[in-house]
Amino acid sequence: MSARVAVQRYALVGAWIAVIVLFCVLRPDTFATTSNVQNILGSQAVLLVLTLGLLLPLTTGDFDLSIASVLSLSSMVLALLNGEQGWALLPAMGVALAAGLAVGVFNGACVVLLGLDSFIVTLGSGTFVAGVVTWISDSRTVTGLSPQLSEWVINNRILGVSLIFYYGLALVIALWYVLTYTAVGRRLLFVGRGRSVARLSGLRVGPLRWSALAGSAFIAALAGILYAGTTGGADPSSGQSFLLPAFAAAFLGATAVTPGRFNAWGAFIAVYFLVTGITGLQLLGVDNFVQQLFYGGALVLAVALSQIVRRRAAGREAVAA
Amino acid sequence: MPAPHSTTPAAPQGAAGEAPPVIALRHLTKRFGGATALDDVALTIEHGEVHGLLGENGSGKSTLIKVLAGYHAPEPGAELEVNGRPVRLPLAPNQFRELGLCFVHQDLGLIGDLTVLENLRIGELAASRSLRIRWSRERRAARETFERYGFDLDPDAIVNEIPETDRALLAIVRAVEEMRATLAHDERGLLVLDEPTVFLPREGVQRLFALVRDIVARDASVLFVSHDLDEVREITDRVTVLRDGRVHATVVTAEATEAELVELIIGRSLAAFEHTAPERPSGDTTLAVRDLAGRTVDGVGFEAHRGEIVGLTGIIGSGFDEVPYLLFGARPCRAGELVVGGRSHPLPLMTPRDALAARMALLPANRQVDGSVGTLSVAENAMLQVLDRYRPAALRLRRLRSDAAALLDRFDVRPRDPDAEYASLSGGNQQKVLLAKWLQTEPQVLLLHEPTQGVDIGAREQIFTLLRDEAQRGTTIVCASSDHEQLAAVCDRVLVFGRGRIARELTGADVTKTRIAEAALNSSAGTASITTDTEE
Repeated sequence: MSARVAVQRYALVGAWIAVIVLFCVLRPDTFATTSNVQNILGSQAVLLVLTLGLLLPLTTGDFDLSIASVLSLSSMVLALLNGEQGWALLPAMGVALAAGLAVGVFNGACVVLLGLDSFIVTLGSGTFVAGVVTWISDSRTVTGLSPQLSEWVINNRILGVSLIFYYGLALVIALWYVLTYTAVGRRLLFVGRGRSVARLSGLRVGPLRWSALAGSAFIAALAGILYAGTTGGADPSSGQSFLLPAFAAAFLGATAVTPGRFNAWGAFIAVYFLVTGITGLQLLGVDNFVQQLFYGGALVLAVALSQIVRRRAAGREAVAA
Repeated sequence: MPAPHSTTPAAPQGAAGEAPPVIALRHLTKRFGGATALDDVALTIEHGEVHGLLGENGSGKSTLIKVLAGYHAPEPGAELEVNGRPVRLPLAPNQFRELGLCFVHQDLGLIGDLTVLENLRIGELAASRSLRIRWSRERRAARETFERYGFDLDPDAIVNEIPETDRALLAIVRAVEEMRATLAHDERGLLVLDEPTVFLPREGVQRLFALVRDIVARDASVLFVSHDLDEVREITDRVTVLRDGRVHATVVTAEATEAELVELIIGRSLAAFEHTAPERPSGDTTLAVRDLAGRTVDGVGFEAHRGEIVGLTGIIGSGFDEVPYLLFGARPCRAGELVVGGRSHPLPLMTPRDALAARMALLPANRQVDGSVGTLSVAENAMLQVLDRYRPAALRLRRLRSDAAALLDRFDVRPRDPDAEYASLSGGNQQKVLLAKWLQTEPQVLLLHEPTQGVDIGAREQIFTLLRDEAQRGTTIVCASSDHEQLAAVCDRVLVFGRGRIARELTGADVTKTRIAEAALNSSAGTASITTDTEE
């Protein structure tokens, strides 16, 4: 591996370490503590899971803007069934996942069967689902979730870090495996990079795109369950704030580890790079709006970086040719 | 027959009078690296003339047009006069507009989603500084314009929804209108039509010619670039024939027969160097096509045998180039039946997956879009079809990579680095990777479209050898190509298309570059179409 490739691969890791060192120096008493590390790792695992789901449609060349609404939907369905209707936890979780999956299947149908643009379809279905969530919840925050869920999501810890972090980590490994070590992962990649090539090579382009959209919705629903577990209930609107960070992390992650490809470890690093930066700034006493500055800026920066990398590569080829 | 290298014969009589030529180009030379694309070319286009530009692919026609468009800078020493006034070369981009030149290319340059009116006025609208567009006035003006040219077109129609012929007429009218706006009253412009008739039906060609005659009578001279000798003979006053970058002859169209034109275009000198194809192998029939109909082809049928290499060719627009895609299910097919490996497939229902199941493979002409993903590695591109051999649920990546390396070795791909980015390879090596990708699946039928396009000469020979070896192993190869030399080098038999049908079949000693070129040029004229036996 040439030095330049190595720099490209691990620049984000370096940036993350730099941010950590910076805040350790600035706030040694609050930032550089075990409890803060545990807090950072646990608190944003929901974002990590949501981002991982998003990688699937991004790999096949589709957008999914409905993931945040699906997250809200699944957490709300779970809270209503388990907290208010008195359903047992497992069947309620099953219905929550099924509801999310249904949205993904609908998105896929519009994109594959009707040939619509995924950006528009998921923008519409996301808004529609957000409306449904407000409707079924009567615009209120629903509580009373079984404490068992919170036990299994945040209260139980390994090495002081909530279980939710390990769920996220397990999903990182699973997705990394699928995208790197399976034929399906390769095929998803070809579908995203060259639809025509994929079709002429006999890949099932439609079903693959469809499953990617269904997959992202299913994982978003999973993130919704975890989110309900961390808050002990559900509210109709706060889930929306995950949408932009998930995109920022996915695109930023695509500049690391295997640059140019949406990848699970890159997403993992990106999520925690962003979260570390924000937590540090908050400990410095900066206002809450810094979150938006940070996430929004990171998204644009990530896309700009990947463009620059691509242009450089293209420039080198032009010279070589 | 006029002697080759003859100097410019007399201009057409009549309207021209004493006016200077619209274009007088002399000593035009253009080199690309070591290759000479144009060599001391002279071209004079008189006032009121339709001038044909003929020549095989690679003879320098497009380079000449691109010099006029200011896209290429010629070597020093070239001279250009427009309407008798000397103009300095090279032209700046867009300078052609001020000089009164306009171009309509085969793709027409219209925006399909916009209306006829928006397309017509697009140049003006882009330059206009007024804040408000008065659409009703524009619409009226557009109607008047169309009327002046003698046809009726709804300004509010969406361009994609009007017939192909109307689109071509619209593109020409737009070009001429923009040109008229820049010319003084008594000045003449030049309209360059670059293969404008390729996708038009017969009746459409007649309407287009009527428009061209109208324009020549009033506004401009026309440079008409085409492969279709029938059309060239019908519409042009004089013809300039380019061969290998030189003006081989300029002749008055009415004084040359079709056979003479063909001879001027292809020449005879190459015949001696050509390889003679072996007699047709007499293996079993592996492939039979019946009643194939697509965008242009209609009622085409042919058979191919085990181990046979069949070439498909013709001039642009003859339809030969869509056949591989139709057989593979890659493009919508109106009708047809394909029998391969003893099984019959109705072609309108064919998909690439069905084709793969029937052990067919397709190497498309557009490598970058249809053949490969340039941003992925060579190994990833080469091994896409065989992933299932490597434990798909837990890929043996190391073996996949080493097998890919061995494959690159076998096909002599350079560099032999399976991790290299596909787009960083040269054209020849890219094509070898795609051949490796498909040949390792051991197809029964290999469909090719322009397999050596953008491929350097060394790799070209290697690809020929690979194809011959593959045929030797029993694969049936169907190769659609406009490269006659290549067809002569590899094919056992060549089917020549004209106007959507198979017009000629060349076999044995007839499979030479010259005979193929001749047949292709003649095929558009011939009304008799020989259909090959499909019931043998």
